[in-house]
Amino acid sequence: MALLLMTLSVLCGAVAAAGGERLKLATTTSLQDTGLLDVIKDKFDEMYNVSLDVVSGGTGIAIQYGERGDVDVLIVHDKERELKFIKDEHGLERRCIAYNYFLLVGPQDDPAGIKGMNASAALAVIMEKGKADPAKVMFVSRGDNSGTHAREKLLWKKAGYNYSAVNSSGPWYIEAGQGMGATLNMANEKQAYTLSDMSTFMAYQGNLTLVPLIEGGSDLLNVYVAMAVNPQKHPDVNCKLANEFINYLVSDEGQDLIAGYGTEKFGKPLFSAARGSCELIGCAAAECAVAPSASCAAA
Amino acid sequence: MRSIFISLSSAALAGIICIPVGGIIEFREFWGKRALINLIQTFYSLPTVTVGLLVFLLISRSGPLGFLNLLFSQSGMILGQAILVCPIMIGLTITALGSVGSQIRDTAKSLGATEMQIIITVIKEARVAVIAAVLLGFGRALSEVGVAMMIGGNIRGYTRVLTTSIALETSMGNLELSMALGIILISISLGINLLLNRFQGK
Repeated sequence: MALLLMTLSVLCGAVAAAGGERLKLATTTSLQDTGLLDVIKDKFDEMYNVSLDVVSGGTGIAIQYGERGDVDVLIVHDKERELKFIKDEHGLERRCIAYNYFLLVGPQDDPAGIKGMNASAALAVIMEKGKADPAKVMFVSRGDNSGTHAREKLLWKKAGYNYSAVNSSGPWYIEAGQGMGATLNMANEKQAYTLSDMSTFMAYQGNLTLVPLIEGGSDLLNVYVAMAVNPQKHPDVNCKLANEFINYLVSDEGQDLIAGYGTEKFGKPLFSAARGSCELIGCAAAECAVAPSASCAAA
Repeated sequence: MRSIFISLSSAALAGIICIPVGGIIEFREFWGKRALINLIQTFYSLPTVTVGLLVFLLISRSGPLGFLNLLFSQSGMILGQAILVCPIMIGLTITALGSVGSQIRDTAKSLGATEMQIIITVIKEARVAVIAAVLLGFGRALSEVGVAMMIGGNIRGYTRVLTTSIALETSMGNLELSMALGIILISISLGINLLLNRFQGK
């Protein structure tokens, strides 16, 4: 048996030593759950002969990983925290890679009657009716500090509510504490309303009876941003490869891949490429362009 | 396969460390021995997410062992799971060795064996029970999800194992696939159990 153990330990040492360059990416759940990153990974791995390791969580935990230097590159969608991440010198520049819209989805019969309203007004109505009759009108929140959760908080703020008063105001407000897909499934089970990014909703639509009730509008614009982790603050990160990955995403090839993803399966694309819509989605032109390769050293 | 490999490695790593430690605890008399054994037995049910969090903080690049670059890697997972199953292995080794008659120990001693030699002799005698301890550790490593998720990060094709796949597929609403993976996991556990029974039946 000792021999067996020895062999195994040697084996595990060997595996630890083997393997080419790895790029660690922390990402929001929407890009992973829709399958887009799997496609990007396969292409990128092949082109650069590396392994893209995708760790998916909400924007909140992804940024945490970045701040600790545990990953090399991030893809997130919460402008406020992105800017803070860069201001705190944890990240290099923002690069806008894709966008779509958030949707307010709910049961087909729309018990709160929000269809056609703007998003924050609709939330206010859901809250009012939910408090009155929590068996009928419920709202499921991500409750996980993700980008979608951050947007929900922003919408509550716009509607004139203090978020901490909202999430403790009764059983109509359910905090899932899970990814987008799991949250959608939960909302579906409970026939509740929820805020979802468009891509995850489309990818899960087949299993859901929920329908989109409010879509579009600048309130619900959802921009995905890639950032390399700053090597000055975290010297162990693979900044060069991180930048190549980001450049690949904003390159014509990467943008075509993003813009075309999902058409085959869902009839329309899940994401729009940032290319060409840079201004529309509130990004500077430089944030959409392929950056010069020296940006690691310059940082 | 990856599940088996990672869990087997952690069980092996834990075995290499824990069996001798168990032996030393069993054979040495020292103050607080009883309390230590109680503590180890309490840790049998160490929550996997707590171990996950501790190991995360330990091997994160901002943590004390960050320079090893172990987070989100298979080696990190193996380390985490080894820590998780260590108490079970130490505890069960102690029990196993305790059941070996004291004559063997005394005989070995009278033949002039060193402490390490005595431990090895007794472990040989109790090998069936010690192997059972390792297999139980393997089973726990295989079926846990906390460490695998937090340390491995559920990276497709790298650190995604059966349990984390099940968690992911369920959250994605692919219940049939989750169920199928669950059945595979249970089958592996069943296999381990059969193996265990065979050893013990000898």
